[in-house]
Amino acid sequence: MTVGLFIPCYVDQFYPGAAIACLELLEKLGVTVVYPKNQTCCGQPMANSGFEHLTHGCNELFIKNFADFDYIVAPSGSCVLHIRDHLHDDAQPEKARHISEKIYEFTSFLTDVLKVTSLPAKFPHKVGVHQSCHGQRGLHLSSMTELVAPEFSKPGSLLNMVEGIEVVELSRKDECCGFGGTFCVAEEAVSVKMGKDRVADHLEHGAEYITGVDMSCLMHLEGILHRQGSKVKVLHIAQILNGE
Amino acid sequence: MEKNINTQASQLPLQGAGRAREKILAAIAQNQPASKPLPDIGFLKGTDADPQEKFTTVLTTIGGKVLKVKGFDEIKQLLPEHFDTSKRVVTTLNELSDIGQLYTGETIDPHTLEDIELTITSAHLAVAENGAVWVTEELVKQRVLPFICQHLAVVVKADTIVSTMHEAYQKISDSVYGFGTFIAGPSKTADIEQSLVLGAHGPRSMTVFILE
Amino acid sequence: MNESTVKDHSALADVFNKDENRVNWHDETLWWIRAKRDKAVHQLPEWEALRDTASQIKNNVLSNIGTYLQKFEGNALANGVTVHWATDAKEHNEIVLSILQKHKVTRMVKSKSMLTEECHLNEYLGENGVDVIDSDLGERIVQLAQEPPSHIVLPCIHKKKEEIGELFHQYLGTPAGNADPQFLTETARHHLRETFLTRKVALTGVNFAVAETGEFVVCTNEGNADMGAHLADVHIASMGFEKIIPERKHLSVFLRLLTRSATGQPITTYSSHFRKPRPGQEMHIVIVDNGRTIQLGREEFRNSLKCIRCGACMNTCPVYRRSGGHSYHNAIAGPIGAILAPNLDMEKYSDLPFASTLCGSCSNVCPVKIDIHDQLYKWRQVIVKNGYATGAKKAGMKVMTLTLSSPTIYHAGGKAGRWFMRHVPFAVNNKLNPWYKQRDMPEPPKESFGEWYKKNRK
Repeated sequence: MTVGLFIPCYVDQFYPGAAIACLELLEKLGVTVVYPKNQTCCGQPMANSGFEHLTHGCNELFIKNFADFDYIVAPSGSCVLHIRDHLHDDAQPEKARHISEKIYEFTSFLTDVLKVTSLPAKFPHKVGVHQSCHGQRGLHLSSMTELVAPEFSKPGSLLNMVEGIEVVELSRKDECCGFGGTFCVAEEAVSVKMGKDRVADHLEHGAEYITGVDMSCLMHLEGILHRQGSKVKVLHIAQILNGE
Repeated sequence: MEKNINTQASQLPLQGAGRAREKILAAIAQNQPASKPLPDIGFLKGTDADPQEKFTTVLTTIGGKVLKVKGFDEIKQLLPEHFDTSKRVVTTLNELSDIGQLYTGETIDPHTLEDIELTITSAHLAVAENGAVWVTEELVKQRVLPFICQHLAVVVKADTIVSTMHEAYQKISDSVYGFGTFIAGPSKTADIEQSLVLGAHGPRSMTVFILE
Repeated sequence: MNESTVKDHSALADVFNKDENRVNWHDETLWWIRAKRDKAVHQLPEWEALRDTASQIKNNVLSNIGTYLQKFEGNALANGVTVHWATDAKEHNEIVLSILQKHKVTRMVKSKSMLTEECHLNEYLGENGVDVIDSDLGERIVQLAQEPPSHIVLPCIHKKKEEIGELFHQYLGTPAGNADPQFLTETARHHLRETFLTRKVALTGVNFAVAETGEFVVCTNEGNADMGAHLADVHIASMGFEKIIPERKHLSVFLRLLTRSATGQPITTYSSHFRKPRPGQEMHIVIVDNGRTIQLGREEFRNSLKCIRCGACMNTCPVYRRSGGHSYHNAIAGPIGAILAPNLDMEKYSDLPFASTLCGSCSNVCPVKIDIHDQLYKWRQVIVKNGYATGAKKAGMKVMTLTLSSPTIYHAGGKAGRWFMRHVPFAVNNKLNPWYKQRDMPEPPKESFGEWYKKNRK
């Protein structure tokens, strides 16, 4: 099985550590991983801003880069959801469909395909888990508080395999952080307020690290933490699972 | 009372009113999607072993009061303990005609009911899941009667308490009424900073006598 | 552009957020209502089945709505009710006025109807010599404050009790400084009781209209709809035509969902079923279109017509809670408002579908399973296609498209961007960068992942 690694644009540029952790952990788990070097972006920022009709170039490039892999794995719930829901190419419908069906967010690839049951990672710290919305409500990575349904969490089940980790309880388990793509600057006041409230929830409950499956959310929370002079750090979940 | 039924839309006072109807229905015919089937709702049902107990708990939680009685004599004993029976008491129930004014539905100006302290009436049934009682014009005789009073009391037969709204509507079935209402507890509002206040415009209190 | 004429969610939300304590108060109050909803719905193991059933019933309704409306009308007429049809807000208002004028009435009492808010009925009647008193306490409060309601179920959720006390002092003569909810409600009880007892015409909304029987249901906690209707000589009920449901028994499904979704109560205090006029009374129903037939024809957006106006989407929306209903500058705010309003005026409401992070919470609390957040995404495409994106946004998107569809430009651009951030930080860390206003920029690493991979793997 060969996995194509899709690294979201902002992770590639600003958080290479998260991407490296993904790659290394997949390799440790015996997966052959290839990173197509000509990838750029899934097209979500444009699509979510109403410019879906401009994403043809992105779609073509994505299909070109990823059509031939057994699976495509990405450290991002929102990018994966976007590809699943919106990748299409009238000229190559089969390839687009293959990708949509075979693209996985990183943690769900570990639980659903690799069926990981243990990890040799240690992380003796208090960790707050941010439930990134698109991964949670879109990809069903975990249950949501809105529904009357059994509780579960794929990222959570992986974190539970990490020795010494203490996952803190939050007051609002799955409220949005406020990043929302271009929303973060188009509706700056509300975006920041939402982020501040998330940060406060984590800090109130003693988190030393905030983690999650989407670096975009964490980047937004980190921006607020740094501005507040807080010592709390953000870490992509792959970095914890990879034993950093 | 003679009914003035308009059977023709074109008899309406506003000119062109018939045109609005045709325009809207034509637009709907053009725009409505392909038909989707109506689901069966028969699988939805209540599962309470003891609807009476649930009813009592729920109504009490939402601010109502529940008193279990064996007969109307007991009700008559309890009334002065719970209400100011020196003020105007109106009842629709023959059995209580000696403790208040009996109202059997004679034509009156509803405004004259303004000074009622307590209305005691009956209900067709009660619903455990939400503490509601179902009353119709047939029982209350005058629609405003259970709303305009300061306090409301309703007599409910114990064996008419059902589990959920599904059972309630099964019982209501296709009965014909001019007006009916579910009443669940006293009138209330939380419009001022979510502070719950009982007695908004309707009765300040609501008491259900469960008749065994 | 003059700020007061620009109605834009972002700008209005910015103003709302100037008072952080107030935002916290507003947000926490609405979250608490969401929490009450959660507690109530978790008591019903069949909750998701109820939602699914309601959704299917409403799907059937939308696909047969012409038939149901005619059935409803036939039954209502046979019951002695007068049925009117109005293609738009103007016609609705004119019909109501004509009924008032026919009875030579210049004062009316009204219970909550978001449809009449949509039609701006009060203003119209005021201009035509009719005084309207809103009898729902929350609506009366915003009426005295001369503001529109900010929430479809909790009209004055944005008002603090001290502000309400001040309004009552000014208009109802209560003592200055008294902000006790019990006392203020009692005052309103007496003030509005006088209204109920003297008004000859009462107007109510319609929560559900039953095709099978021609009856309609009005739900209130206060009893104000009933106090008005049962004492008036004329009862007018205004309804958007999408309020129709097929059969009486379907009320069991909707009444179980409505109030639990709205406030966490198992049911409103009163769920009044009006079928025939009170003997001696006139009863009128006004069936209103006002853009609904157009929405019905929009394949991607017609599901918004399933709405039963519970407000759960507003309570759960993290953006609504932190921006307030008035920042949506529309009769109906929040997520549902954002998918209904662009149908009425795409230009005026082009900002609303963007006032969201597409988190999806709304769709999952919606009792009739409207795909709200999917519709928000789709409206964005429609709005941009119709030319309502700002010039700056269009230019920015063109650049982004170019950059992201070319690996060469992307790599060069990324490297350049990071270089700038490391060596010329003030180029991005300044007031012109909206990100930087309240957040630090991420630390620019020396190499991107792509560059690391080139060195360490290939």
